[in-house]
Amino acid sequence: MVDRIADIWGTRTPYAQGEQWPVRVDQVLAKGLTGQDVDRWVQSACVLCSNGCGIDIAVKDGAMVGVRGRAADRVNHGRLGPKGLFASWQGVSNKDRLARPLIRENGELVETDWDTAMGRIVSRSKALLQEKGPLSHGFYTSGQLFLEEYYALGVIGKAGLGTPHMDGNTRLCTATAAAAMKESFGSDGQPGSYTDIDECDAIFLYGHNMAETQTVLWARVLDRISGPDKPLVVCVDPRPTEVARHADVHLPVRPGTNLALMHGLVREVIRNGWIDEEYIASHTLRFEDLADQIEQWTPEAVAAECGVDASAVVEAARIFGTSRRVLSTVLQGFYQSSQATASSCQVNNLHLLRGMIGQPGCGILQMNGQPTAQNTREAGADGDLPGFRNWENPEHIKELAELWDVDELVISHWAPPTHAAQIFRYAEQGSIKFLWISATNPAVSMPQLPRIRGILSKPDLFLVVQDLYMTETTKYADVVLPAAAWGEKTGTFTNVNRTVHLSEQAVEPPGQARSDLQIFLEYSRRMDFRTNSGGPLLDWEGPEDGFNAWRECSRGRPCDYTGLSYERLRGGSGIPWPVNDEHPDGTDRLYGDGTFPTHGEDTEDYGHDLTTGASVGPQAFKAMAPNGRAIFKTAPYQGAHETPDGEYPLRYTTGRTAYHFHTRTKTGRAPQLHDAAPSMWVEMSPGDAESLKLREGDQVRVESRRGHLFAPVRIAGVRTGTVFAPFHYGYWDDHEGEDPEQHPTAANELTLTEWDPVSKQPVFKTAAVRVTKVADATGPAPAPTTTASRPARAGRVPATAGGAAGEVSETIAPAEPQAAAPGKEES
Amino acid sequence: MKLPVYLGLLHRCEHTLAESFRQVADGHGDEPDVYFLCRALADQCEKHERALQPIVERYGEVDKDDEPERLHADGLSSTRSGAVGLLRDLQDLYLLGSLVDITWTMVKQAAQGLRDAELIGVVTRCEAETKTQLEWLSTRMKQAAPQALIVAE
Ligand code: SF4
Repeated sequence: MVDRIADIWGTRTPYAQGEQWPVRVDQVLAKGLTGQDVDRWVQSACVLCSNGCGIDIAVKDGAMVGVRGRAADRVNHGRLGPKGLFASWQGVSNKDRLARPLIRENGELVETDWDTAMGRIVSRSKALLQEKGPLSHGFYTSGQLFLEEYYALGVIGKAGLGTPHMDGNTRLCTATAAAAMKESFGSDGQPGSYTDIDECDAIFLYGHNMAETQTVLWARVLDRISGPDKPLVVCVDPRPTEVARHADVHLPVRPGTNLALMHGLVREVIRNGWIDEEYIASHTLRFEDLADQIEQWTPEAVAAECGVDASAVVEAARIFGTSRRVLSTVLQGFYQSSQATASSCQVNNLHLLRGMIGQPGCGILQMNGQPTAQNTREAGADGDLPGFRNWENPEHIKELAELWDVDELVISHWAPPTHAAQIFRYAEQGSIKFLWISATNPAVSMPQLPRIRGILSKPDLFLVVQDLYMTETTKYADVVLPAAAWGEKTGTFTNVNRTVHLSEQAVEPPGQARSDLQIFLEYSRRMDFRTNSGGPLLDWEGPEDGFNAWRECSRGRPCDYTGLSYERLRGGSGIPWPVNDEHPDGTDRLYGDGTFPTHGEDTEDYGHDLTTGASVGPQAFKAMAPNGRAIFKTAPYQGAHETPDGEYPLRYTTGRTAYHFHTRTKTGRAPQLHDAAPSMWVEMSPGDAESLKLREGDQVRVESRRGHLFAPVRIAGVRTGTVFAPFHYGYWDDHEGEDPEQHPTAANELTLTEWDPVSKQPVFKTAAVRVTKVADATGPAPAPTTTASRPARAGRVPATAGGAAGEVSETIAPAEPQAAAPGKEES
Repeated sequence: MKLPVYLGLLHRCEHTLAESFRQVADGHGDEPDVYFLCRALADQCEKHERALQPIVERYGEVDKDDEPERLHADGLSSTRSGAVGLLRDLQDLYLLGSLVDITWTMVKQAAQGLRDAELIGVVTRCEAETKTQLEWLSTRMKQAAPQALIVAE
């Protein structure tokens, strides 16, 4: 038994380059139960981060009582991390679950039945359609539903209502991944694979605290690091994360300066001739665009702007330029910061320069944050068109109109889809009057919360919220719909490296809760959306019909699911798309042959100017004639818009911790995880703490131009001049019943409303703040000691541990994992 | 030679456009993308002004223009409010930007005729940025138009 709260990544199973990552099956059951007590194990995958670990759910007497990792799954080879182990089932089986719909009567939410709740939604929806048309409707969904649910929502929005106002909270987590791939390669679609960890000579983690965000993926890296021929590790992160502690080069950049660093790395690689000229000539275009932007970014200039050592920049570039096989991974440190798309495109550019894409160990993983974010993007629930179709390409619109048997004019394709912040802006201005929020909690997760609360509470906004629990957002709803959770419904979803998993229903949902799919289908039926031939727009009976419909939609597209079925996904491992006649066993890597989806007819997006977000448009794109070549895209460095000054002298940055996911609706209900990181804190460096005379645990007030929060301070290893705040802590479990207006604690009280011009991802990583002490400590800050939040000076704070409750069984190498599917280049 | 007249026109237009971008930024601060981008683009216009300065000095200032402007591009005196107001302000910027853009084209033609390498260099750098300014305005207006024209109050 291993205490997996104290040891987040579990027991090491070292392996060498090119070897198979050993299997280790992690299992946890409710207290007092053993394997023999389990009635049955039900196949699924974890939905507490984007990694997509294969998981089996233990069921006893109709309830979920534990989980174990699936040994045969290519993603996790049996392992699970703390969130998957403790929160996936305990976060769902809980007495607080919503069991009946609620409607607002005389200002109060009261219980009702489905007929009344849906009746109210539909009558408001119909009245608004009549009076104002479809642009009065907005949908804000999630990265945590299933593929079939997003596709239903996408069809409703695009072919039923005809509104462009649909986005997911994926806008906050993964929009830049998609945008960077569209700009560089012409379409969304992850080039790399997790198997690249097994093969690489060096791994670069750009703003990606993998050790805390995808703990099982990091276990794979750790096992390579402890193996005989460890890969070199380069980490770009302002905090001393676990990744940084293992790094050969750590670049703790000032938040907001990523693009300057990337320009510097690209410059070094080019100047030293570490480039593959032949690859550049045959598989790329616009190499010459790089020169102007990078010229000034000498290692010394980078050092001055980013606050890192020039020699470290040189060394990082040398590792990139001279290692035989390099894997790069990118996440929120880049995606939620200034010039997000431009910075992430420079990562793609580095790989293009060396021709290192789609070969074993030479991968790019433009990461996702959430477990099913990939499907939000594929199925069109983030506003993009389903199947990575291009809204500017009339042929693609025609295909969809034929597939759905609706008029082309219904499908709103006259402008880019409306991104989340703009949807909220339209609601603020009163032109969106009907907003349906599913499986997300914007009252905690959106930037600038005082403003968001104002919008959600507008009397003329009809707000539908669909969730598992009462949240900070349901408080403002006119109708609350109780949703079935993971394990209580069947469906599929796809992880970062395109691996599709089936998640089967294990237990019944509580009370009257219904799956999100059932809810959307019911709305479509009651709205009487119809096809041209008069049939119902969505005639699916259940999730499998939805999957089969999606399969048709994906046919011939980069995310081709035509070779998959529920039957095919039962047993064994998840399978990475495309899966079709050409690749019947799926595809491990994309673009190994150097051919990219940039032919005018198949590209998902004609691209943008990365500084302003101006669209390139079909004509200019076709004139450029990329014809299957990748495109070097970049932009001049500008830096963050809000930087420290005399009034607000510190940089503010937000992020997460290993023990929690999002706003903790699930993880906060798993006692082991709750206890490991129970409430809000902020982190400051020893130097900054000393100049403010702060000691560990002292209560501070952190204030920006938009709001303030109160929290105890952890004196940690964050870079001097920077204040870090975890974004998980809202108000639902604030037992003192504090009001966010009176006693704010959430990180997003302070963040600013601003977004990347291309991906439209909000900037959560840079703002200017000031800190004042409000009270002496009553104990250490409630931050874990096992993560990047560890105290700067050891020994003064009790170590984070789970004790008996945190114990998990680990069985090493009981079985062979399934071999990875072959790469596109090999088949 | 009448090139100085056009140089003067261009110099003034870039100045007016810079001021107008700033005006729109300040007037539409609740639209963060408009706010930040208009400020950045105002800076860009001022950079164009500075780039033109040595050329203007070389060719000399013209006091008297024998084809005085009939169309007065005065810039925005104030900004409007609301969704339609934003659309119209962006459209005004677009008109001004178009004037700048076509003036760059005229100046470029002359620069080539004169084989003035310095001026050709300035034009090449600035003209592309002006085109991107117009493309951004058009992208942003396309996004805003349906909502503003159909449902906004
Ligand atoms: S790494 Fe992610 S997917 Fe895997 S168990 Fe942890 S939270 Fe779940």
